[in-house]
Amino acid sequence: MTHTLSQNLSGSGPDLSYRPFLRRNIGSGVLSLIAAIFAVIAVLPLVLVLGYVIVQGGSKISLALLTQLPPPPGLEDGGIANAIVGTLVVTAIAGLIAIPVGVGGGVFLAEYSRSGWFAQFIRFGTNVLAGVPSIIAGVFIYGTIVTSRILFGNAYSAVAGGMALAVLMLPTVIKTTDEGLKLVPDDLRRAALGVGASRFVTIIRITLPAAFTPIATGVVLAVARAAGETAPLIFTALFSPFWSDLLTPEGIFSPIATLSVMIYNFAIEPYEFHNELAWAASFVLVVMILALNLFSRWLARFAAK
Amino acid sequence: MSDPDSRYLLRSRPPAEKLVDISFRNLAIAMASVVAIVLFSILVVVFQGSLDSMARYGWQFLVTSDWNPVDDQYGAGAAIYGTLITSLLALMIAVPLGVGTAIFITENIIPKRIRDVIGLMVELLAAIPSVVLGLWAIFVMEPFIRPGLELLYQLFNWFPLFSTPPMGPGTIPAVLILVVMILPIITAISRDCLNQVPPQLRQAAYGVGTTRWGAIINVILPAAISGIIGGVMLALGRAMGETMAVTMIIGNSNNFSVSLLAPGNTIAAMLANQFGEADGSQVSSLMYAAFVLIVLTLAVNIFAQWIVKRLSLKY
Repeated sequence: MTHTLSQNLSGSGPDLSYRPFLRRNIGSGVLSLIAAIFAVIAVLPLVLVLGYVIVQGGSKISLALLTQLPPPPGLEDGGIANAIVGTLVVTAIAGLIAIPVGVGGGVFLAEYSRSGWFAQFIRFGTNVLAGVPSIIAGVFIYGTIVTSRILFGNAYSAVAGGMALAVLMLPTVIKTTDEGLKLVPDDLRRAALGVGASRFVTIIRITLPAAFTPIATGVVLAVARAAGETAPLIFTALFSPFWSDLLTPEGIFSPIATLSVMIYNFAIEPYEFHNELAWAASFVLVVMILALNLFSRWLARFAAK
Repeated sequence: MSDPDSRYLLRSRPPAEKLVDISFRNLAIAMASVVAIVLFSILVVVFQGSLDSMARYGWQFLVTSDWNPVDDQYGAGAAIYGTLITSLLALMIAVPLGVGTAIFITENIIPKRIRDVIGLMVELLAAIPSVVLGLWAIFVMEPFIRPGLELLYQLFNWFPLFSTPPMGPGTIPAVLILVVMILPIITAISRDCLNQVPPQLRQAAYGVGTTRWGAIINVILPAAISGIIGGVMLALGRAMGETMAVTMIIGNSNNFSVSLLAPGNTIAAMLANQFGEADGSQVSSLMYAAFVLIVLTLAVNIFAQWIVKRLSLKY
């Protein structure tokens, strides 16, 4: 001990410079390299999938493709227009159900009962529901809505598909509303209540608007995820090679085509043109979903400013 | 109160306002209850649907793999085995990749700008619909890896796991596409956990003279491990329930095969494939399989939530 101390004091201390070829430094460098390789492998699938979707699908996009109906098997003339409309319709139905219910539930959790047993139970239930596989949402709606023909005697329908997607969207919307409202400072609530506003007015006029951006970000992400879901739609919304008559109620109470189910159906068919339509549908779907994702990112950044 | 200026008199709320207030509160409670109702109904509907099949096959259903709609004989052993083996294998590949990537983008090995781009790309990978990944797997990935699988068969066909010739769709391609699907979850959650480790821990580790990886392995990873394990469990739940990409590439064979090169099946794939056209006792058997899937995923998810709560280190 005294030896090293005197050594340091005399100015001829140990060499403290970084020695890259020390065994442990080489080991650290090798591990960094492995981590870098893992990161490259993790990014690779996105590049490859996007690349193929753009090359195989993007190259087939034409006005005819975006405005015509899919052809019968074997024929080579047509498009994916009804599926584009169908995806928008089914996702809109899901949003109309899941967003009000989810925001309402989130308001309850964040504004009325932060730590009551019921709120804890609902939070737990939300997490559990978020982990339910998407195919189970389809089985559930099939078992309750489709087989019972409860929707005015209709079995498979756009509404049933939208309900299945709503089951999947609900946990995300509740969670983002809950978390978004929790970020609103309590001072705002107290100020509103202090000047005599009721709970209802405080929530509607003060806290919900203050939490608008985080809620909107989460909702947009939930919509994007729902738009790409296939499994809940296969035996609820089914598929249709025709236009849905959306001007009458019949349209949303009958089977409807969606991009995701179209990709599934056409990918496993042996007809080449149908396979090509599946790629084109993938391109349209991926563009829609990535656009929504980037939009939600922009929303979040917009809020941060 | 003694000298009331009439403008400042305390007044109680008008009944209409009170009514709105109370109804809004009750509406919020009702909407929150929807979660519980939906969750409960899912369990009831699926359980009730599977009662017939449960009474008929009992536990045998879980271990026999004779799925034959023609003879009206059902056993989901092959599908349950497929569900477990594909998700566990996928996890074994995806965990090192995902955690490694998360470490790489939370450490300052390369400039932050590039790391952010990698992080963004992994998050966008999570946004790609699984049906699109399935399409890609059928037409691009599977033909690409087939020569490798052929080689595997030729070299190792004495080994039970590689004992059948590859025929296109099969368990290995399904595992690979599952890896792609759960990688973003593991990476995102691990990254968040690593970012939450207090910087003082790292500074202290560097202060006593460790290397970068000495600090990561001995200090940072142990501090973040509870969250990472929770994320891994969530990914396991997702992998077991993942449907479309697996359905499209696994081959949907009802026959049990130990070989990973042979076509297989998972519960979710079986549901996607058969539910639409099933009737009678097949529906009941599919519901039974769905019930098994729900129980598996619920158990994994609840365990994940519990482990995060239990293991999280307090600083």
